[in-house]
Amino acid sequence: MIYADNAATTKLSPVALQAMLPYLTEHYGNPSSLYTLGQRAAEALEEARKTVAQCLHCRPEEIYFTSGGSEADNQAIRSAARWGKMRGKTHIISTAFEHHAVLHTLAALEKEGFTVTLLDVGPEGRVTPQQVAQAITDETCLVTIMYANNEIGTIQPIGEIGKVCREKKVTFHTDAVQAVGHLAIDVGAEQIDMLSLSGHKFHGPKGVGALYVRKGVPLSPLIEGGAQERRKRAGTENVAGIVGLAAALKEACDHLDANAAKVTALRDKLIAGLAAIPHGALNGSREDRLPGNVSFCFEGIEGESLLLLLDDKGICASSGSACTSGSLDPSHVLLAIGRPHEVAHGSLRLSLCEENTEAEVDAMVRDIPQVVEYLRNMSPVWRDLQKGDRSYVIQ
Amino acid sequence: MLYSEKVMDHFRHPRNVGVLDQADGVGEVGNAKCGDIMKIYLKIDGDTVSDVKFETFGCGSAIASSSMATEMIKGKKLDQVMELTNKAVVEALDGLPAHKLHCSVLAEEAVKAALKDYYDKNGIAYDPSQFPHIDCAGCH
Repeated sequence: MIYADNAATTKLSPVALQAMLPYLTEHYGNPSSLYTLGQRAAEALEEARKTVAQCLHCRPEEIYFTSGGSEADNQAIRSAARWGKMRGKTHIISTAFEHHAVLHTLAALEKEGFTVTLLDVGPEGRVTPQQVAQAITDETCLVTIMYANNEIGTIQPIGEIGKVCREKKVTFHTDAVQAVGHLAIDVGAEQIDMLSLSGHKFHGPKGVGALYVRKGVPLSPLIEGGAQERRKRAGTENVAGIVGLAAALKEACDHLDANAAKVTALRDKLIAGLAAIPHGALNGSREDRLPGNVSFCFEGIEGESLLLLLDDKGICASSGSACTSGSLDPSHVLLAIGRPHEVAHGSLRLSLCEENTEAEVDAMVRDIPQVVEYLRNMSPVWRDLQKGDRSYVIQ
Repeated sequence: MLYSEKVMDHFRHPRNVGVLDQADGVGEVGNAKCGDIMKIYLKIDGDTVSDVKFETFGCGSAIASSSMATEMIKGKKLDQVMELTNKAVVEALDGLPAHKLHCSVLAEEAVKAALKDYYDKNGIAYDPSQFPHIDCAGCH
């Protein structure tokens, strides 16, 4: 099997698993308990907090553990909106291609009276600091822009956006779920006020994430009911999960440069191989791109059938077609970069990690064009394109 | 699993894929914007479908539904073809997930659109109410 869906989730690292096991077995105490068994768990929690803080270059007390990236996004946005409203500021700036954890929270806030500006991301899927600066008004309480896009892998100019926001005294949140553990992040240097991350995107366990909140930025809880996480996130902590997240993040950050170099080389080889498929196009920026992200649109085919046939060949991949999203529209990310519906349905995302090999890339470069051709040969859309009854969108 | 064994069998080994150059009736339904297009080609001898081919742009269940529909009408009398329903296609496939049922509707509509095309081309009278309103089922 070739696992090429690391943007969806990653395999738990053996280091993270070993770190977790004691907290699933003998050290089962509740960190809020006073006896030694509980305090042992509490210490593990604080060690994990230190580790995460070191990786992000912040203080341990600026890290709050959550159930994952979606909760962190929800809490950051809700919290900044609440603080904004208290000061009479009800305008939020984001982009059209954020994760739904951000977009759906913003849609809910619009219903509550907030105004939301979604910046255009252009054909390459990048916003500029100038766009952000121009969109900020006296009413703006929050700018939330993802660090790197989950579907097309484009990396945003976060440091420059952070500078604009800091100058204009607007809270800046970034959904860094796809970036943490893969890109070097320094929340201080990049002037980030809040950052969301998720454990299972860098070989940690699922169901655990974290929110960084710069000291001094107000944070309110989403979940009430206890004093955990300094009263900002009630509920007995997922101790094993948090320990696993920290162990995986440390491992990822310790090997960040070597992993990035290896994965980037594999990515570039895969992009070069798939670029040979006629009437296909790379989605997103060629340069400002996550090390492991490969995303293409192929004209004349639909993504779900492509994924099913790739699965038969042992290749695990993802698509932004409507059929895989469970909705009638294809991916909002592909639409946001200007792909027409019919082309967006034919998308394929392959996301690599350092465990992938050159042999696997070779196999994908061999198999994917065959499957695309097979599906095109039974597609009336492809026939029309070839006959000239329909015009190619991708030349 | 998302799909039944039957669906996966018809998806992996679709029956009657292709084009009939000398088709007596051709029906195309759906649109690329919605992500599904089905095209059915019929060869008709007397009152019987002597051959049928299909082309589909769409997901796994769209390909399986068209394949199954062609199997269900091949060699059948035209009045039997008119009785094809999306429900029968779904049953023959051992079920489809709820959000994929529109694929079976498209298959029924494509077959009927091809039959209507045959009637129209040959000036054969028919009851228009017997034919569904051909539209993009997936976009509703």
